[in-house]
Amino acid sequence: MKMTHSETKSARISGTPLGYRFNIVGMVGLSIILCWALVAIFAPLIIPYPVGEIVDLDYFGPMSGDFWLGSDYLGRDMLSRILMGARYTVGISLAAVTIACFSGVVLGMIAAVAGGWLDTLLSRFLDALNSIPSKLFGLVVVAAVGSSIPVLILTLSVIYIPGAYRFARALAVNINAMDFITVARIRGESTLYLIRSEILPNIIGPVLADLGIRFVFIVLLLSGLSFLGLGVQPPYADWGALVRENIGGLPFGAPAVMFPSLAIASLTISVNLLIDNLPQKIRDRSE
Amino acid sequence: MNNRVLSLVLSRLLIAVITLVIVSVAVFFATTLLPGDTASILLGQAATPEAVEGLRKAMHLDEPAIFRFLRWIVGLLQGDLGTSYANEMPVADLIGGRFVNTLQLAGVTALFSVPIALTLGITSAMLRGSPYDRIVTVLTIGVISVPEFMIATSAVLVFAVYLKWLPALSFANEVTSMTDLLRVYAMPVITLTFVISAQMIRMTRAAVIETLNTPYVEMALLKGASRSRMVFRHALPNALGPIVNAVALSLSYLLGGVIIVETIFNYPGIAKLMVDAVSTRDLPLIQSCAMVFCLGYLLLITTADIIAILSNPRLR
Repeated sequence: MKMTHSETKSARISGTPLGYRFNIVGMVGLSIILCWALVAIFAPLIIPYPVGEIVDLDYFGPMSGDFWLGSDYLGRDMLSRILMGARYTVGISLAAVTIACFSGVVLGMIAAVAGGWLDTLLSRFLDALNSIPSKLFGLVVVAAVGSSIPVLILTLSVIYIPGAYRFARALAVNINAMDFITVARIRGESTLYLIRSEILPNIIGPVLADLGIRFVFIVLLLSGLSFLGLGVQPPYADWGALVRENIGGLPFGAPAVMFPSLAIASLTISVNLLIDNLPQKIRDRSE
Repeated sequence: MNNRVLSLVLSRLLIAVITLVIVSVAVFFATTLLPGDTASILLGQAATPEAVEGLRKAMHLDEPAIFRFLRWIVGLLQGDLGTSYANEMPVADLIGGRFVNTLQLAGVTALFSVPIALTLGITSAMLRGSPYDRIVTVLTIGVISVPEFMIATSAVLVFAVYLKWLPALSFANEVTSMTDLLRVYAMPVITLTFVISAQMIRMTRAAVIETLNTPYVEMALLKGASRSRMVFRHALPNALGPIVNAVALSLSYLLGGVIIVETIFNYPGIAKLMVDAVSTRDLPLIQSCAMVFCLGYLLLITTADIIAILSNPRLR
């Protein structure tokens, strides 16, 4: 996580991240992500059948012209259910990762700038939180307060705040040691100004890349919880819940079991591909 | 210099203990957040107010949360894990046998995944940039970025549905012969091995590559040592610490893995017990299972850290 002065400078000179050029693998990843984002937004307009309606006489039907991805355990159209599921998987994960990274990064920058006992206390406490396995944390919270969608979003974000905090703090500590921060301090700038105008612009690239990686973790954890029946509850269904519903079709190799998993895999793998192929200046992650 | 190592190890242990205390506070208070009164939920709607009051007294629910927490911790330390709400059995009895099952599953998985992962990780680091390394890297990233249940369902599709070597999702409770044993363990172990190995290969590869980039390895190359001598005599002995650290860290991923795998294959382990307890909201059982898991996790990551400290020659 080292960030040398020269790199920081050049990243500033070349302008916004959008001015960079992606290589072909990164483009493929980006376009799949955009596809799923569009699907999540326009799902109600493009689904061929209503999600709750039993349209196929057969259950666990095979792929056919009428039902492109087959039908589920009740004979509902799988394609429609997956397209609608994108709303829950992408929406919940995006909300959770936004909250987690925002809180983690703000706390991390405050800890780095303030230092002292605040830094020690925050770091100790968040490290302790970090040493609860994430699935276990999810299980305990769901056991305690149930699993409505707001609770899920909050739980997922609390689980990933420590990671975002640690990442942002490590970056901010490096920036904090630089001369222009000292100058700003001597000018008598407030902590808020230091964080917003001096530190944030210098760590925003790696922080955004980290947000992508954390998004993948959250999608996987949410799917895992839903798969255990502890995530999104019926009548709504995200991709993990779709796998759970149709697990009975596994011995027949029904398409209803594999396609929701493939949807998750396509999303997570493309985010990973995009992050791995970001231009070095945005990424700036040491291996 | 040995004093320094000792004090580092001791401070690491102290941190582990403090973390365990914070974790137990979090687990206890998260589970007492449950809306509604436990006593009236247990007794049902027909209960008289006097009966509810009596049960509240008997369960110490009328005391402040901090006293209940202390009572719970003292009970834990004495081996008294409480009584299950769902079937009135002591939690310790419920957990006992299940815990052994989970340990067996984890042990067998470790037995397979550690040699496989070390071989693949070290060889791909040695042949960095080769097509072999590319394939290994792509496969590990693929496995890491899909959910565990997808690995499990794919394994079932391949080995049970298409190849028909193993039964699909059934768990035989009666294990009478060697083949039965193999059938019971095969699918969960295959799935877990995939999940764990992918993590381990990645970390091992990174550790070995870091060592290969050091000046003394370059020195060995410059003085004309053969490639294998350079790796086995110069690089590996120094990479051993980081590698063992990576192994211990990846084994902590077993915890997340067993929760999914035990559920999908109906394996009678402690994770399945906990998932069932969550759906029946059996709080004492959930608390105890959560503590067992956290303890195991902390044990692994603390071991990993201590190995990293002990293997650092600069501290010796």
